[in-house]
Amino acid sequence: MADVASIDRTAFAEWLLRVGDNALILGHRVSEWCGHAPALEEDIALANTALDLIGQCQLWLGLAAEVEDKGRTADQLAFLRDAGGFRNLLLVERPNGDFGVTLMRQFLFDAFHIELLRALAKSTDSRVAEIAAKAEKEVAYHLERSADLVIRLGDGSAESHERMAKALKSLWVYTGEMFLDDATDQAVAEAGIAPLPSSLKAAWEATVNAVLAEATLENPGQAWQHKGGKQGIHSEHLGFLLAEMQFLQRAYPGASW
Amino acid sequence: MYAQLVKSEGSKTRDEMTPEEIAFQERIDRGERIEPKEWMPEGYRKTLIRQMGQHAHSEIVGQLPEGNWITRAPTLERKAILLAKVQDEAGHGLYLYSAAETLGISRDELLEQLHSGKMKYSSIFNYPTLTWADIGAVGWLVDGAAIMNQVPLQRTSYGPYARAMVRICKEESFHQRQGYDIMMKMAAGTPEQKAMAQDALNRFWYPSLMMFGPSDKDSVHSAQSMAWKIKINTNDELRQKFVDQTVPQAEYLGLTIPDPNLKWNEEKGGHDFSEPDWSEFFAVIAGNGPCNEERLGARVKAWDDGAWFRDGLMAHAEKAASRRHAAE
Repeated sequence: MADVASIDRTAFAEWLLRVGDNALILGHRVSEWCGHAPALEEDIALANTALDLIGQCQLWLGLAAEVEDKGRTADQLAFLRDAGGFRNLLLVERPNGDFGVTLMRQFLFDAFHIELLRALAKSTDSRVAEIAAKAEKEVAYHLERSADLVIRLGDGSAESHERMAKALKSLWVYTGEMFLDDATDQAVAEAGIAPLPSSLKAAWEATVNAVLAEATLENPGQAWQHKGGKQGIHSEHLGFLLAEMQFLQRAYPGASW
Repeated sequence: MYAQLVKSEGSKTRDEMTPEEIAFQERIDRGERIEPKEWMPEGYRKTLIRQMGQHAHSEIVGQLPEGNWITRAPTLERKAILLAKVQDEAGHGLYLYSAAETLGISRDELLEQLHSGKMKYSSIFNYPTLTWADIGAVGWLVDGAAIMNQVPLQRTSYGPYARAMVRICKEESFHQRQGYDIMMKMAAGTPEQKAMAQDALNRFWYPSLMMFGPSDKDSVHSAQSMAWKIKINTNDELRQKFVDQTVPQAEYLGLTIPDPNLKWNEEKGGHDFSEPDWSEFFAVIAGNGPCNEERLGARVKAWDDGAWFRDGLMAHAEKAASRRHAAE
């Protein structure tokens, strides 16, 4: 295990929030579908995906709380930070849209998530490596499912193709942020805790290109890319998500549930 | 549970039965299981389709009142537990639709009958979940009432239904404990939390009693279903058992059951209690409950909005099949 003191504790905790918040916010979004999916099997699969992500977020935010060492818990991090304190990617806070948008968002993230977790399983911090090894198994299944559905719907009916193409176009501009390196990323990479995000891009592109080709969907290629989530500059959507998610903890401070 | 007012077909005296029907009844009386490909009276098949269909519909509509609080669950652990629970309910729906399909009706046909209002789901899901304590009350009371009915159904005469019920019961009893755990936390919490817990009990008590269906004296379909072992206990027997089980649990929580007539009756060895307002029950069944429109509307919308998704998957499957064919 790396000696936490040997790396900047603030950078490590900050980075853990990024990983944990991605799981929390995407898990929350997916859970919004509960009972409203287009087929019973999809309701089950979505609940399962959301459950995996919430479970992962508990582990990541638990470790973030431990590393930051300010006496906060994972729940306090999840339920008592305001939007500016969240470090998730803009992609995962995008509203669910139709089922095509939800699936495409999942696929674009899963293809990144799996590469990140594979690399983290070799982390010099054994706690990070252990969480990643557990999450990797779950996310491998998420990717298998989301890729399969993107292919089927892209190469499905005229309407499903059109919806998937539209979803891809609207979400593509939020994918670039996944691979941007900043000072926090540099610090954890130098400590051997995590890979540089930019190092994951080639593998992500290979997965995405192969799936989009089979789905007969055109790769949007170079496009303007939004950023800011990792630094706490979010879209308007996150505030509403948090208002809902944090309601009980905010309305009844100090209560135990 | 979740099957109320299931209209039973048939009801013949032994003299009116054909030799086949007599042999079938004798198998049931011996405690044998009926399996899908075996001969069964048309009335038995139709009644089972109604009951299992209603049960399956209740599981999937039942996702909605609890799903209502998934995005507002107060801790990460509570959120995960609730998600797992609602996922189980969807799974129960899936087993039950599959079991019903062995009787010669498709899941799509059953769903169409739900959406058109021809088939019902349990009245309980037409009540709103207004606070987090309601999620505790649903687990404690609603799942508790469901278990009362479902445990005996593990011995029901139709094999696929009985087997589905074994697995469902295991999960339901876990759900009930989780619900009770929420109630314990709330009842021992701040004054506001305790008030929420009491309020949830006040609102869910009578609707939970209604889950067993009308009193035996008014329940016209029970006799035939009991002869067929589709129904094992009478509505009143189960309701009494539920009340007797729940009273000490409420006492332990320090909550008051909203019934001034509730008291122990030494002579009968059970509690006396007030009947729910049956006119309310029939109104809810007829579509006039507080959430009927939202619940059914949400299911219909999910189905309609998902048409392109299901059609897209079918179109892909057809393309893939014709490509395979062309390659051969």
